[in-house]
Amino acid sequence: MPTPSSEVLVIGGGVNGLACAARLAAKGRKVTLLEASEVVGGGAGEREFAPGYHAPALAHLTQGLDTRVVEAMALDRHGLAFHPALATTVLSGEAESLTVRGGKTSGVDAAAWEALHRKLSAFARVLAPLRQMRPVRLAGENRLFGLARQGLGIRALGKDDFRELLRMVLINVHDVAEDELSDDRLKGLLAFDATLGAWLGPRSPNSLILYLDRLARGADPLLPKGGMGALAVAMGKAAAAAGVEVRTGSAVEKIVVEGDRAVGVRLEGGEVVRVGLVVSAMNPRTTLHQLVGAAALDAGFFKATGHVRMRGAAAKLHLALRGTPDFRGADLKSRIVIAPSSEAVERAFNPVKYGEVPELPVMEVILPSAHDPGLAPAGHHVLTAIVQYAPHAPKAGLEAARAEMLENTLNVLEQHSPGLRSLVVQAELLMPQDIEARFGMVGGNWHHGELAVEQMLFNRPTFAAAQYSTPLPGLWLAGAGSHPGGGINGAAGWNAAGAILEAKA
Amino acid sequence: MTVLTHFRTPLLQTPFHARTSAANVLNRWGPWGGYMTALCFGDADMEYTAIRNAASVYDLCPMVKYRITGKDAVGYLNRLTLRDAGKLPVGAVHYTGWTDDAGKLLDDGTLFRHGPEEYLICCQERHLPWFLASAEGFDVSVAEVTEDIAALSLQGPCSATVLAAAGFDVSTLKPFRMATFPFGKGQITISRTGFTGDLGYELWMTPGQALPLWDHLMQAGAPWGIRPIGTDALNLARIEAGFIITNMDFVPAHQAVREDRPRSPLELGLGWMIDWDKGHFTGRRALLAERERGPEWQMVGLDVPGNVSAEGSILYHNKRQEAGFVTAAAWSPALKASVAIAQVQSKYLKANDLWVEIYALRELQYAKLMLPVRVVERPFFNPARKRAMPPERT
Ligand SMILES: Cc1cc2nc3c(=O)[nH]c(=O)nc-3n(C[C@H](O)[C@H](O)[C@H](O)COP(=O)(O)OP(=O)(O)OC[C@H]3O[C@@H](n4cnc5c(N)ncnc54)[C@H](O)[C@@H]3O)c2cc1C
Repeated sequence: MPTPSSEVLVIGGGVNGLACAARLAAKGRKVTLLEASEVVGGGAGEREFAPGYHAPALAHLTQGLDTRVVEAMALDRHGLAFHPALATTVLSGEAESLTVRGGKTSGVDAAAWEALHRKLSAFARVLAPLRQMRPVRLAGENRLFGLARQGLGIRALGKDDFRELLRMVLINVHDVAEDELSDDRLKGLLAFDATLGAWLGPRSPNSLILYLDRLARGADPLLPKGGMGALAVAMGKAAAAAGVEVRTGSAVEKIVVEGDRAVGVRLEGGEVVRVGLVVSAMNPRTTLHQLVGAAALDAGFFKATGHVRMRGAAAKLHLALRGTPDFRGADLKSRIVIAPSSEAVERAFNPVKYGEVPELPVMEVILPSAHDPGLAPAGHHVLTAIVQYAPHAPKAGLEAARAEMLENTLNVLEQHSPGLRSLVVQAELLMPQDIEARFGMVGGNWHHGELAVEQMLFNRPTFAAAQYSTPLPGLWLAGAGSHPGGGINGAAGWNAAGAILEAKA
Repeated sequence: MTVLTHFRTPLLQTPFHARTSAANVLNRWGPWGGYMTALCFGDADMEYTAIRNAASVYDLCPMVKYRITGKDAVGYLNRLTLRDAGKLPVGAVHYTGWTDDAGKLLDDGTLFRHGPEEYLICCQERHLPWFLASAEGFDVSVAEVTEDIAALSLQGPCSATVLAAAGFDVSTLKPFRMATFPFGKGQITISRTGFTGDLGYELWMTPGQALPLWDHLMQAGAPWGIRPIGTDALNLARIEAGFIITNMDFVPAHQAVREDRPRSPLELGLGWMIDWDKGHFTGRRALLAERERGPEWQMVGLDVPGNVSAEGSILYHNKRQEAGFVTAAAWSPALKASVAIAQVQSKYLKANDLWVEIYALRELQYAKLMLPVRVVERPFFNPARKRAMPPERT
């Protein structure tokens, strides 16, 4: 007797796995979630990287945690609360630092920034509903209906705005910065935010759409009270409350295929768990290439999943500090961006193409301990930074590149916060390769597969698996590698659960 | 420095070229897989007659060949092709095909099993990128060996006799089996296979053995009227045998430009090949779904009234509705009938009211014929000697 499909197994306890599992369990499925590490959260977890110093595992902010997830999982009841939205401080070598809150800022470009923010936010509002939908299939039954639905919101823009959206949607962000702004600090911020987590520079084609996606996710960067780890804990509790059996320390080694169907998994250590449906909320390539394997998949599909672009260029810095750093008076509770100009971002990107480390990396710096003093010993601080760009294939070898990247990053920080280096008790820098090894993000890629125009919507992760189902009956995808991509928001997992329920799979 | 001269000889010459060019008194050549191939040596009727009544040789070197070796050779081929390569005994050959994810045919060909972990695929088109992509995740190596192997087809009712006269005793070689025989200081492989639907063999050798073997065979076969044949005569024989050719009877899915051109094995009359029980293979899920729905097209043999070839003709249902098209046709000298191979939309096949519109060229002027056609079994020509054991001696 085959196991009934009401019994579901979700692999991977990141935000997407948790969201997916919780939604399925709430609808009456018997769900077991298998997480390789000892705690849930994936990129949203927390780690004590030095005795007494707690840093976010990877993600240090969430921008646009999916409201459906927050509400349906009642995350507030499970302890999730946020600090007030973070303002952004843009540091610049020569000029004063600049504070930005959404469309509000000061200086010569205050009006231009507000106008640009308003225009781009309007575009983002049109794109936002797509994030919550299962991508349409371009062939087959629902073709016209789906396209019409997606078209509707866009038409609501009006003719001129629609034309402007079409002009801008595939443009590069550097050109937009040049066209609309004159203040290098704002150009640098726009360029940095558009390319954060991407393997491209501001002059690369299609870079603006990533900024629109960022705005579509949510307006403000948020930090959970108690740190990112608190978000993971709340989601874990909510999933358990919904009836999900969460099993940590359970790494899946193989997906068991019988009679042309995924019927269960084998864990490291040999235990076999049989179920009706297997949902993978971990990396799609690892799922298909390692856990399923070629023999059960068509050659074209196998090859396509191998060709999904997955290079990471974001490094993660964690510093344990024996005092309070000073970024020339910047609000330490703000999001500090060091990206002096759009050109500076581009210059930081150039070397990675040749496997080299940039001399002046650009970065986003957060002091979680300024919000939650408990994350560091009294009087001490934890600094986390996402530093771009780190070479995915360092010519000098990983060790040398990591050391150079750390040195260059500390130099840039020292420049903007004189004396900071002398406060460092311990430093940790995770290169893309380290991130792959530790979190299973192939290539160290932020989204488990580059979020780029040719890998969005019905092409994410590939055409044949873009609706969360895979060609292998009984196997579904629910992680960031699927539409609408990564970030700490849970949208992909929530959508995937919806698709499973809708298909009555 | 390498001197680049390839542009002077855009078509390669096969290892038999010294002999085939000497025999080709008409100088009629055509391209095949990047090689020069003789379309006709002098008299296509005599060449066809050699196939059906004596012995013929055809230069097979341009046939594209891949060697598959390694621990996972069986698993690889079972995922790649439609039949079960594991069931093929060492020393045997089978006719098979392979499809893309959508279950559309990429090519058909013959699979030779040389060892437990060694196979040779022979086919019409080149497939290295697809074969290599299919090798991901399998412990196999795939190598194109087209230039490393020379091949000669010896076909006709006298072919076993000619081989015996040449010192190769093939009396125990069954259809679709192969064996090695000493030749000179080395050896050659002979398989009882072919593309004529008749008694026949294919001889596999190194390029260096090509000319000595040719000379040896022509000398030994002279009393039986052995002669080289071109593609024109072979094409007539294969139509009689009901065989299809890639890019003549169907467009391989990877080359098709129009969305509706690719065809599945079910649509091409190759459904019998599919081993549904051997486990997963590329295209299986799509084919399973198609089997449920029923294929949209069917490949059929047609009996056409009269004696005008229906080549290139359109088929109609009830003389009005376009229902399909002829992919190959000929007046068959062996059957004294006009036969055709055609693709017909399944929905019109059932109604059994098919007509062919033939434009018959009569001294520079076309006459339009609308003739009723009858669906018949293939092969059209199927002599017992094709399978007889021991092979017929003459
Ligand atoms: C340097 C860096 C910084 C980032 N910063 C931010 C940020 O500030 N804000 C933001 O929104 N996003 C950020 N991201 C992106 C974010 O971390 C990811 O997009 C997000 O974590 C994806 O969520 P997920 O649930 O799909 O996958 P993951 O979070 O990767 O979760 C997958 C889970 O699967 C588990 N797993 C893997 N293999 C197995 C197996 N075989 N068996 C069982 N379990 C397994 C893993 O342990 C993991 O818990 C950052 C990414 C990087 C690389």
